[in-house]
Amino acid sequence: MDHTPPPFFKRGPAPLVRLFFFASLSLALLVIDARFRYAESMRGWFALAAYPLQRVAAAPIELAERVGDYFSTQSQLVKENADLRAKALAYSRDAQRYQAARAETEELRRGIAATERLDVRAVTAEVIYAGRDPYAQKVFIDRGATHGVRPGSPVADEAGVIGQVTRVHPLLSEVTLITNPDQAIPVQVVRNGLRAVAFGGGASGMVELRFLSANAEIQNGDRLVTSGIDGTYPAGLPVADVVRIERDAEHTFAHVVGKPAAGVDRGRYVLILSNELLTAPRPGEVQAGKDRREKSRRSKMKEPAREKDGDGSR
Amino acid sequence: MDPDRSQILLPVRTGTIVASFVLALLLNFLPWRDLRLVPDFVALVLVFWCVRQPRLIGLGIAWTLGLLADAGNGVLLGQHALAFSLLAFLSIWLSRRILWFGLWLQALHVGAMLFAAEGVTLLVRLAAGDSFPGWPILVGPLVGALLWPAVTWLLLMPQRRAEREQAI
Repeated sequence: MDHTPPPFFKRGPAPLVRLFFFASLSLALLVIDARFRYAESMRGWFALAAYPLQRVAAAPIELAERVGDYFSTQSQLVKENADLRAKALAYSRDAQRYQAARAETEELRRGIAATERLDVRAVTAEVIYAGRDPYAQKVFIDRGATHGVRPGSPVADEAGVIGQVTRVHPLLSEVTLITNPDQAIPVQVVRNGLRAVAFGGGASGMVELRFLSANAEIQNGDRLVTSGIDGTYPAGLPVADVVRIERDAEHTFAHVVGKPAAGVDRGRYVLILSNELLTAPRPGEVQAGKDRREKSRRSKMKEPAREKDGDGSR
Repeated sequence: MDPDRSQILLPVRTGTIVASFVLALLLNFLPWRDLRLVPDFVALVLVFWCVRQPRLIGLGIAWTLGLLADAGNGVLLGQHALAFSLLAFLSIWLSRRILWFGLWLQALHVGAMLFAAEGVTLLVRLAAGDSFPGWPILVGPLVGALLWPAVTWLLLMPQRRAEREQAI
């Protein structure tokens, strides 16, 4: 005769034991994911399981927008059409000028034997949902590894840079916005060519230039564009407009705050720019630098010192 | 157990539980404007089932749901898993106590648990090197606690409605 209790008293291991088990499992996963990045395949499976739910959740908003489009009035459409035509006219004029300017630039660059700039390929994508994480500024877009998206590709909308692809799943990818504090982007002031690195300002929705000397020549309203010397972002994309400058004698650096030019927290359609072949290999880096460039493409480029090593390559 | 004392509930169906979790995940994945003000619906539903059915829903399910939330939100893998495990443990531990109170006192307990889970998440993120997202982060759990009576009413409906039909 056995002395085990009758089955209706059975509750498995005590809840506290289970809590310790699952808590330590979670902590181990956290450490593995944060420090070593070994958990990516597991994350891929769970992300694939969550994908249909994400699409379904985005559907009502899409539907509402379509219904709204359907009921847009005649006068609105006429006005919009006129606006668009005017815009198209302006753009086509710019485009013609651009063609001429480009040909001229290429000729000049050939004249001084500079490396030729390569064209950037772009893929359109739709933002399906903003990451539910108040600690990090991220959005999810509906193009993934199956559409040829690579980690590290810059993402822009019609007004400027919005961020960089940081993680690619089979059917969608994560874009870290330029307002994320971990995201750095090499920029240049259009007015005078001053180079700097812009960091995300976090929840404020701004970007900051952290390492500009206190007497740097910068003023309110200056436009910051990508300098293109990191080999990730193509040159000349608008990033932000300077809105506030704090020069404090106590600090070595000026604190410059800029407002992102692109609709970082709004807008539905974005362009994923392919960052392959943006720069020809640098001299001296051809053999040794191959895996280093791979690495830098993957990492989110944290060290601001990198702005220096690209001098004169473009 | 105030609202249900007068009636005996039918046993819960697995389909109801699964459907409620799917619905909660859907609500979480909606494109919200400010995420700090939105409660975590999955956490709320998890607390509900852990309190009502501590033998059916336990830490294992909570942990798996947490991983799903982590992957879906693109955060560190294990962050929600840890918070949900703690949440499940607390609600199973308090399940016998909570049901003796009225709905609003229950909501008070639930609020405390949601705050604890949010605190764990905050600690994990601060340890991982993120900056503090601001005080509005406390609004989410508060809204979650305020939603508790509604959640209770909604999720008990399948069991209650069948019971009423039986009485007739």
